[in-house]
Amino acid sequence: MTRRRTDTNDVADNPTQKELAIETLGLTKIYGSGNTEVIAMRDANMLVHVGEVVALVGPSGSGKSTFLTAVGLINPPTSGQVNIGGRLVMKGAQAAVNLRSFRRKYIGYVFQKSNLIEFLNARENVQLAMELNGLSGAAARRRALELLEKLGVADRSEHRVSMLSGGQQQRVAVARALANNPKVILADEPTAALDSHRGRQVMQLFQGVARDFGAGVIVVTHDHRTLDVFDTIYEMEDGLMRRTEAEHVQ
Amino acid sequence: MNLALKDIANNVGRFALTTFGIGMLLMIVMGMAGIYRGLLEDATILINRIDADLWIVQQDTRGPFAELSRIPPSMVYRAAAVPGVASAREFVFHTIQRQHRGKLLRMSILGLSWPEDRGTWIPLVAGRHLRQNHYEMIADSSLGLELGEEIRLGKDAYRIVGLTKGMVSTGGDGMAFTTFLDSQAIQFDSPPEAIRLERAARDIRGQSNELFMRQPQLSEQLSRPTNELAAISSPSISAVVVKLKPQAVPAEVAALIDRWEDVSVYTRDGQETLLVQGIVDKARRQLFMFRVLLTIIAGIIMALIIYTLTLDKIYSIALLKLIGAPNHVILGMILQQALLLGVLGYGIAYLAGSRLFPAFPRRVVLTEEDLFQLAIVVLIISVLSSLLGIWKAMKVQPNTVLNG
Repeated sequence: MTRRRTDTNDVADNPTQKELAIETLGLTKIYGSGNTEVIAMRDANMLVHVGEVVALVGPSGSGKSTFLTAVGLINPPTSGQVNIGGRLVMKGAQAAVNLRSFRRKYIGYVFQKSNLIEFLNARENVQLAMELNGLSGAAARRRALELLEKLGVADRSEHRVSMLSGGQQQRVAVARALANNPKVILADEPTAALDSHRGRQVMQLFQGVARDFGAGVIVVTHDHRTLDVFDTIYEMEDGLMRRTEAEHVQ
Repeated sequence: MNLALKDIANNVGRFALTTFGIGMLLMIVMGMAGIYRGLLEDATILINRIDADLWIVQQDTRGPFAELSRIPPSMVYRAAAVPGVASAREFVFHTIQRQHRGKLLRMSILGLSWPEDRGTWIPLVAGRHLRQNHYEMIADSSLGLELGEEIRLGKDAYRIVGLTKGMVSTGGDGMAFTTFLDSQAIQFDSPPEAIRLERAARDIRGQSNELFMRQPQLSEQLSRPTNELAAISSPSISAVVVKLKPQAVPAEVAALIDRWEDVSVYTRDGQETLLVQGIVDKARRQLFMFRVLLTIIAGIIMALIIYTLTLDKIYSIALLKLIGAPNHVILGMILQQALLLGVLGYGIAYLAGSRLFPAFPRRVVLTEEDLFQLAIVVLIISVLSSLLGIWKAMKVQPNTVLNG
């Protein structure tokens, strides 16, 4: 077995001809200043192609969520650049696009828990994402049901969030993330609340979604048992990111 | 998709209870305005019904409603002789409180100038108007008297021949209408012992009076009731109500009568102003203060409720922001909930008030003007009350979602 550890600059060596979904260049996030300055993320570079599922692993506090929120246009980086779908969206803390509108159209989110709006049912959660993007109610409803069907939770479509199991909630969240055919899906520990069997199912779901829907997927995970599902693995430690292989993950 | 309604549907019990509470509070605000209108209407209903052009009262008094007024009955004839006057009649008005059927009965009695005035201007809900000079009475239904029932007042019993509704005095007491003579008999009724003592005193005075000594037959007259003694002036009346000829100018006729040194005269508007400014004004100001306070309280409660509702879904709001919901969607959700709370509360207030207010002891009158005014106020406080919730919602960051 080859134990190849690569640093972040190796991404340029990737010979793929696929369309780029996400590209980050030198992302750095610094909290505080002076004596209280904390560097949460330093010079993080990542390339994610359309149809690719990337895992981001690392211990707690290593900067994974900081990276994800920077790429997800939720928490701007201090410096560096984020390109999505080949388009510059963030340069340092400056947005090159309307962030909320861009998030709505091009980014899907799945999180560890409380992914869904509690006062809506499963179908409405998915439908709302499309209605916010300008799709009519009837069309959004139809597509929401199709997505829930694809994800195997159509029979729970009219149930309130509180009536769904953790796995069903994650599937509904994935359906919502896919609702607007996003370029990017970002998932922050989506299997943390699930047993290993369900966790693996969700990871495989992301794999299928990336290929079938043509999105680039970044999944922050602690679950090493499912790393074989991913096309690429990045590891973060003390704010530094490097590309690695499943067997090298600590 | 209407997020405001979806959120309410998720907490329908709590929202319904809250709306009911707001509704009850708004009902009280509505009632305060209604009580004032009721006071105003009660105060002016008699003036409007009697439809007099001029009121002649005791000089320098604000009678007969705002304060006691006493003028001699002959004033009717003096007034009738004034140029421009079409008719003049007695107005006797007083309030009594007696025991009836074991309960205290308080009523304001108005004497009708029989036979010219048989009370045909009084709107009846049952029975008929007066047909005879004595012992008949028309009563307001708030007095609880029944048609055909007899009520003893003084030495005589009066049969209720007609029932009216909504005829109350400025104090809110139900009105009763008798003839002028019966009204005076009730007003100046004295207990037998007092009459006996008065007759004895009169007799003693007569024995030492030269006139009675010269004409002993006059002494026989002394034992008659006071109001039947020709030598003693008739009991006074409260006012004289004057109706003018069509071409007469009220101000000019009033100026003529006002020159008399024993009376004051008011036009109909003047009498109404006296009532509104004298009797109702303090109540109006007091009720207005209560309305303002209650409206502020309703606004504060609504703001706290909307704020709490917003806090309850703050995580969902952060999630909405995360998935790219524009601010106007979130703002609209909170504002719609506040408006719905206000509108439904107002509806409950109106429905509950319309059913409860008629059972109140004093009249509560809901006018379109007051209802419209309150509706506008409710809309304003709904919008203002949502500001705290909107401020909180606008402040929340989408990355709150990541913190779980």
